[in-house]
Amino acid sequence: MKTQNQRAWWFVTPVLLLVAFNALIPMMTVVNYSVQETFGDNLFFWQGLDWFEQVLKSERFHNALGRQLFFTFMILIIEVPLGIAIALAMPKKGPWVPFCLVTMALPMLIPWNVVGAMWNIFTLPDIGLLGYFMNHTLGLSYDMTQDPVAAWVTIIIMDVWHWTSLVVLLAYAGLVSIPNAYYQAAEIDGASNWAIFRFIQLPKMKTVLTIAVLLRFMDSFNIYTEPFVLTGGGPGNSTTLLSIDLVKIALGQFDLGPAAAMSLIYFAITLFASWLFYTLMTLNDNKS
Amino acid sequence: MAQIKLSNLRHSYRPDPQSDADYALKKIDLTWEDGGAYALLGPSGCGKSTLLNIISGLLVPSEGKILFNDQDVTALPPAKRNIAQVFQFPVIYDTMTVYDNLAFPLRNRGRDEDIVKRRVTSIAEMLEVTEMLTTRAANLSPDNKQKISMGRGLVREDVNVVMFDEPLTVIDPHLKWKLRSKLKELHQRVKATMIYVTHDQTEALTFADQVVVMQDGEVVQIGTPVELFERPAHTFVGHFIGSPGMNVLPCEVKAGGAFFGGDQVPLEGPASGVADGKAEIGIRPEFVSVSANGSGIPAQIRKVADIGRHKVVEAVAHGSRIHAILEGEVPSAGEAVSLEFKQSQTRLYKDGWLASSPGEGGQ
Repeated sequence: MKTQNQRAWWFVTPVLLLVAFNALIPMMTVVNYSVQETFGDNLFFWQGLDWFEQVLKSERFHNALGRQLFFTFMILIIEVPLGIAIALAMPKKGPWVPFCLVTMALPMLIPWNVVGAMWNIFTLPDIGLLGYFMNHTLGLSYDMTQDPVAAWVTIIIMDVWHWTSLVVLLAYAGLVSIPNAYYQAAEIDGASNWAIFRFIQLPKMKTVLTIAVLLRFMDSFNIYTEPFVLTGGGPGNSTTLLSIDLVKIALGQFDLGPAAAMSLIYFAITLFASWLFYTLMTLNDNKS
Repeated sequence: MAQIKLSNLRHSYRPDPQSDADYALKKIDLTWEDGGAYALLGPSGCGKSTLLNIISGLLVPSEGKILFNDQDVTALPPAKRNIAQVFQFPVIYDTMTVYDNLAFPLRNRGRDEDIVKRRVTSIAEMLEVTEMLTTRAANLSPDNKQKISMGRGLVREDVNVVMFDEPLTVIDPHLKWKLRSKLKELHQRVKATMIYVTHDQTEALTFADQVVVMQDGEVVQIGTPVELFERPAHTFVGHFIGSPGMNVLPCEVKAGGAFFGGDQVPLEGPASGVADGKAEIGIRPEFVSVSANGSGIPAQIRKVADIGRHKVVEAVAHGSRIHAILEGEVPSAGEAVSLEFKQSQTRLYKDGWLASSPGEGGQ
């Protein structure tokens, strides 16, 4: 007979402690705020789920969430196909490979608030290269501090510029790992370029693309710095994404209770959507 | 179905080959008869895969022509040549079912679905994969994946040649034998020309009617397995085929006779045209006999390896190692013995190439 006891649980303790201090305990303070009201002086009043109800029913939250979903949707719909297309067009061997890879990686190395500042200056109608060109050379009216459409176009292009490389590099890694024999066999089987993409390249890129979509979803859904530096959420509230709104509520209005409730809702949405993406994208793997 | 002719073929992977050493293939002239089972045998890097890729059209040769039934196909891409190739690692389309995998080459060529269905069903039956047709190909074992990639080659009825590029590399040893006999059986049923590239002599000799032995980008010998075994045209073939390979002993040719360390060795027949000087004697271990005190070449036993069916004896005579394959009682290591070579199987090689011809000397 083997001795049976529960002592193995002790081995889990270090991990539990680590997770507790870097995630659970900080998050519990947020949970704490989300169910109470405070007027300072460390005085708290039990509030139940009122803040959650308030946030979920507020039109302001609905609008911010709508803008956020639209932003993330646009990011994914542009960056993923574009990233795949660039990866397909990149050379697979030869002296240009390192050049292309470094060029691709450059935008990702720039700090987020620098990206925001760069694009802010770039698009200034009077002195920015793009802004001046659009307004004075092409004669188009383009000012993202005045026009919501211009502001939206700019934050989307900025994110595409900043993060498409991530999809490119991941897709490229998937592509170069395909053995040459697959292409040779497809050539002998008489496969068209589309069939090669559909039945060889895409399936082989699937794992890395799952990661790319997940990362791009989470990052774009939680994005704060770049649009904040670029537009500050304006003009008006037109580019106030969820995180920008959250910071306004928490630090601008100092409504800690609703802000905490909103944080948890925000977190739950991100978590749920990530789970959904992952489940959907790996659904076919287990089928036989 | 076609006869495949390679004429004056040369290939170099460099854009401006200077010398012979720059060529991966040095002048190949070869005809593959329609419906034959061929093996292309040679060590790694001898150019056999290059040759295969030239026949399939994946590579365009630097010089020379490829003719299918006297029609020049040198410039045609693989899809237009109607050939099939099975690669070292099984290539399957992961997301498709086995059925769709087998149907893929036909559908790409726009065949009707009922023709596709008929062909796929009959090929699946031949390969014994009928019950897997609805499974996703990604979930198959390596040997079944390799069967599917063979099936994709065989599914087109008009295929000119099916080429196998070391197809059993990733297959478990106990399944290798099964798949090999399956291949042989397939060849008899579909009657397509098949070319099987391998560096494994057992695979080559069991599969092929004709074996083409290559070395350093050149064809060294073409022959049936028996011919390759009995009369290697080059000492390389002697070494490469057989286990252990042929004994190649340095000798001196004087007045038409071959002398190994002073002892004259009777050859199979006259070695006309061989000038006096250094040459080599080739004798298979199977034809070396050992006696305790005979009149042959004095030697000393170095070691004896019992490999089951028979024993491999290694002896040293005049500073050269000689292997002999013996049955029954054998002398033990250290003993002094005398060696005799079966005269009809004793060949003379000059500069590596066979120089003696069978004559009255042999029985």
